[in-house]
Amino acid sequence: MPLDSNTVRRIARLARLRLDEPEVERLRAELRGILAWVEMLDELDVSGVQPMTGAVAMPLKMRPDIVTDGGDAETVLGNAPERIGDFYAVPKVIE
Amino acid sequence: MNLTDFDLAGARRALGRREFSAREFALAHLAAIDALNPRLNAFITVTADQALAEADAADAALAKGEGGPLAGIPLAIKDIFCTADVRTTAGSRILEPFIPPYESTVTANLRRDGAVFLGKTNLDEFAMGSSTTSSAFGSTENPWKRRQNPEIRLVPGGSSGGSAAAVAARLALGATGTDTGGSIRQPASFCGIAGVKPTYGRCSRFGVVAFASSLDHPGPFGRSVEDCAILLGSMAGHDPRDSTSVDVPVPDYPAACGRSLRGLCIGVPREYRVQGMPGEIEEMWHAGEAWLREAGATILDVSLPHTKYGLATYYIVAPAEASSNLARYDGVRYGLRLPGESLIDLYERTRGEGFGAEVKRRILIGTYVLSAGYYDAYYLKAQKVRALILKDFTDAFEKVDALLAPTAPSAAFAEGDKTEDPVTMYLNDVFTVPADLAGVPAISVPAGLDADGLPLGLQVIGPPFGEAKIFTVAAALERAAGFTALPAIRAGKLAA
Repeated sequence: MPLDSNTVRRIARLARLRLDEPEVERLRAELRGILAWVEMLDELDVSGVQPMTGAVAMPLKMRPDIVTDGGDAETVLGNAPERIGDFYAVPKVIE
Repeated sequence: MNLTDFDLAGARRALGRREFSAREFALAHLAAIDALNPRLNAFITVTADQALAEADAADAALAKGEGGPLAGIPLAIKDIFCTADVRTTAGSRILEPFIPPYESTVTANLRRDGAVFLGKTNLDEFAMGSSTTSSAFGSTENPWKRRQNPEIRLVPGGSSGGSAAAVAARLALGATGTDTGGSIRQPASFCGIAGVKPTYGRCSRFGVVAFASSLDHPGPFGRSVEDCAILLGSMAGHDPRDSTSVDVPVPDYPAACGRSLRGLCIGVPREYRVQGMPGEIEEMWHAGEAWLREAGATILDVSLPHTKYGLATYYIVAPAEASSNLARYDGVRYGLRLPGESLIDLYERTRGEGFGAEVKRRILIGTYVLSAGYYDAYYLKAQKVRALILKDFTDAFEKVDALLAPTAPSAAFAEGDKTEDPVTMYLNDVFTVPADLAGVPAISVPAGLDADGLPLGLQVIGPPFGEAKIFTVAAALERAAGFTALPAIRAGKLAA
């Protein structure tokens, strides 16, 4: 399915990216090119193949469920845009 | 001998014998950075004061005979590894103000062993690229020059181009990088040095700014295979803070560099012979086969039938993971924030301004292939092809101990080339991407020069956790190749 400008705007909205109109047009052409190229995978029959979801075929290690770090609010708040006491102060993100 | 001319193994011996101090050693490298970084732009941030303090600590330890395996060794750190209290940007405007309060495990391991950090090196934004031209902090220049046209500015490869340029130009003795689709091996090849992508899980990803989590591999750069072996030995190891970090013992990698090839069988994957590959790369590859045969190995023609699908698979899986990983940069808690009229407006403006063109492109591709209606056709399909690519390697390693191939289909190209459409740039990773998809270890070692006098690398790929094997094979290639050429721009020698 060819990618149109509205689709680019819709994905950009989903990805929370502001694009200006020239960017939308440029990206429409570039994304079309990339998607047409990756469609070479359609040559392959992958029926019955298990999808590979990670690079190591190893069971995850278990560990005791205990606190190993923390208790350092000053350090953690180092990148906070603003603080109120020991808390991050940020724009309201939940309606 | 100039202090910046040492290799890591030699510097370790000289520092141990107190032939010079770690402080003098650090000062020599900092002076080289002062002289050449304004031109090369290999470093985004230089941490001179910290480096000297670390060098003094190394001197104190060495005086007591207590120095670690890297005591006083000056290294460059790709600016994607979080370093406590030192700005870490990932080459992006969106992280320009970010000063991590914690240290990545890999850099903590290097510090534990006494390394001195000179600074943070330039990279393609969020490690997305093959040329180190997409950084928000400007491009990095390759210190190598074409013989005939030394005025042309060449790329160092990417994404870890700042690290590779710094090691090649002798601004640092070694460096860290990350390899997601070739970002250590391709710049190593372009800059005439060695670089290793270890097995997935060998080096912890804790504190490494995430691009594509199932593909991101931290690893070292060095001016020799042995230097890489020493650095990887320090960087590797199990880390409970990365759930994909693997708890298997780290062997003595430097010892592997001196082993005989007798009894080893090396596979040559016929699918890596791609159309349009320059004849000199093909010749170097044949020379590599001959060198290994002379060193006692047997050579076997092997097939990795799904090789040609590697790039297309990568350019679905990596953007999908990236679009998810980069969702965290929303302008709310840290990093760049642009004011907005609403919350959505704040998100969109911050991300629209904070990310560069290539990052936006990949976020959009990733969002598209994960979106309702397209997930099965693109993402799920790519994950299945990835399984077939892994199976190619698994089957091959039942017959051979390691694989030999070129690292990249070209030497370093000029800045501005391969920018007409994104796919042209992506094709430069054709030989490096499959090992990332399969998670198997691979190393690039300089093996020759092209007609323009630019370095070309050969790649050795091994089975999972077969790093010792690829060090053995790469060290044999290195001895046979006798690569001694040096870049035009390097410490103590500022060329045209």
